[in-house]
Amino acid sequence: MNAHNNMETQLWEYIDGLSGADERSFIEGLIAADAEWRKKYEELLSFNAALHQDIEIDQPSMRFTRNVMEEIGRHQIAPATGSYINKKIIYGIAGFFLTLIVGFLIYAIGQIDWSVAPVNNTLPFNLPKIDTSKVFNNNYVNAFMIVNTVLGLMLLDRYLAQQRKHWKKEDA
Amino acid sequence: MQTGLTDNDIIQLVRKGDQQAFAQLVTKYQNYVFTIILRYLPSREDAEEVAQDVFVKAYRSLGDFRGESKFSTWLYTITTTTCITFLRKNKLDVQSLDNEKVFAQADNMDGGMRANQVEQKSRVAMVNQAIKMLSPEDAQVITLFYKGEQSLDEIAQVLGQETNAVKVRLHRARQRLKEKMEKYFAQEVKDLAHY
Repeated sequence: MNAHNNMETQLWEYIDGLSGADERSFIEGLIAADAEWRKKYEELLSFNAALHQDIEIDQPSMRFTRNVMEEIGRHQIAPATGSYINKKIIYGIAGFFLTLIVGFLIYAIGQIDWSVAPVNNTLPFNLPKIDTSKVFNNNYVNAFMIVNTVLGLMLLDRYLAQQRKHWKKEDA
Repeated sequence: MQTGLTDNDIIQLVRKGDQQAFAQLVTKYQNYVFTIILRYLPSREDAEEVAQDVFVKAYRSLGDFRGESKFSTWLYTITTTTCITFLRKNKLDVQSLDNEKVFAQADNMDGGMRANQVEQKSRVAMVNQAIKMLSPEDAQVITLFYKGEQSLDEIAQVLGQETNAVKVRLHRARQRLKEKMEKYFAQEVKDLAHY
């Protein structure tokens, strides 16, 4: 069943003109040599031709164009979005909020009484005595490396898929 | 009426104030827009209302059309979103006959004459009847691909999906269509094989 589906998918890509040059010549070879592929190809080809020719397009009423034009007569083309969005206004709003944030920060910092010594200036833990080997042991490092490798492979796969699409377009 | 103008030429004319030039675009695309809407809505009256709304929206938004895609792709995108908005606003279910029970009901409604009529149906009627049994999305993808002169990339833009997803959808839609035709129009499919 899977092989059958795969055959159909490849044949549809060939018929739609989506296969690359190599794939195209490979499928042409299969169609020429294999009776099963040839039969399926002819079947899909006549189905494709029927779809091209036989799908009917419906028509609205005879008055449709006139109705639309009458309706349009009451409207005007709206100005392009880019033309009425004034960048100066956007920058102005951004500037206002930035000034507000910076102002609050300056005010908050100004309220701190720096002359008062901290109640407890010792840290709740002894930094030199922390045993990092409990966290950064081999298992954690390995898991970290595996996750990174998987992410790296996913990114590479995505990049290659994009490249493949690009090459296919160039081939076509 | 000026002939031989491209869509972009007509759009330039309309933008310069020649509102009547827009009628050429309406005439050219009204059937395609109407057909796509009918894939979603059962009523021709509703479909015509939505189609009119699509052209008015397109006219009002012409200022935003930058010509980076074909006018038809842009128009079909408006068509799809307007259809979905209409369905949501009116709380209508998407018209889907992708279910044998519904088809059986429709079959019974037509009474006994239907069997004879089906036998007499031409290949054209068979294909179109089978398309009506598909889900609106499948029917739309097939219509855009075969009649709307849209590439897979353009259909992806219309539907707001990835090109690969559209490729898979088109493949499955054709498979489902073929299955419907084989199930309900076995004799015609045999004839088609000799076509």
